Amino acid sequence: MAGYRTPLARARGLGSAKHGVGHFINQRMTGAALVILILWAIAAAVGLARADFATATVWLHSAWNAVPAALLIGVAFLHMNLGMQVIVEDYVQTPLSKIALLTLNVFVCWLGAAIGVFSILKVAFGGGAY
Amino acid sequence: MSEARPNGAGARPLSPHLQVWRWHLTMLGSILHRATGVGLYAGALIAAGWAASLAAGPEAYQAYCGLLGSPLGKLVLIGLTLSAFFHMANGVRHLFWDSGFGFAPRTADATGAAVIAFAVVATAALWTYVFLTGAA
Repeated sequence: MAGYRTPLARARGLGSAKHGVGHFINQRMTGAALVILILWAIAAAVGLARADFATATVWLHSAWNAVPAALLIGVAFLHMNLGMQVIVEDYVQTPLSKIALLTLNVFVCWLGAAIGVFSILKVAFGGGAY
Repeated sequence: MSEARPNGAGARPLSPHLQVWRWHLTMLGSILHRATGVGLYAGALIAAGWAASLAAGPEAYQAYCGLLGSPLGKLVLIGLTLSAFFHMANGVRHLFWDSGFGFAPRTADATGAAVIAFAVVATAALWTYVFLTGAA
């Protein structure tokens, strides 16, 4: 049976033939950026550990903190979107579950990034609570 | 379909399956990289939640910080610190591999051990500092 199938039919559905390198490069570029951003975030988190609302708000008003914080959220969610995609592709075999989980991964990552960046900008530009 | 025969004629490549492979350091590093990656996925959501709580106002922020500062919250944060240091150092190890360096078994074992040691020591040092200075 398989002998009658054309090479194209066998190749279909196995993924892109030319865009995989984009995934590879983006995973590593975001990873390299995150080395710096995570070290900054750990230092910032230690500094903010006991901060009350006012202190944390004033801290995020500074562009020196708001810009790296927004960058951290954006780059981290891109990186984990790519990473979780590989994990799902590796371990989930059922086509329907695979597509569902890949979609969920994209939705969660973009929603998380949107909430994170919006919240950072709201505090950075705003005067306080809702 | 022929039967998969690990050593016989017409053998197909087999995945390095957990049950049949002896545990070794490079394998542990690879598995930990994925596991810590999944943990940090949750960690990023926790970080986004912190920003959202700050944007939501003083009550929400106090409640969120209270959650993070609770014993369970601290345990989660220590786990995330360990995951972050491991995933970061092992990621740098991956970048060297991608450039073609460090593949010799001895080197790969040594860097794997170094990465695990770094993650444990850095986490212990950071949290000792945090508890001693009363930062948390």
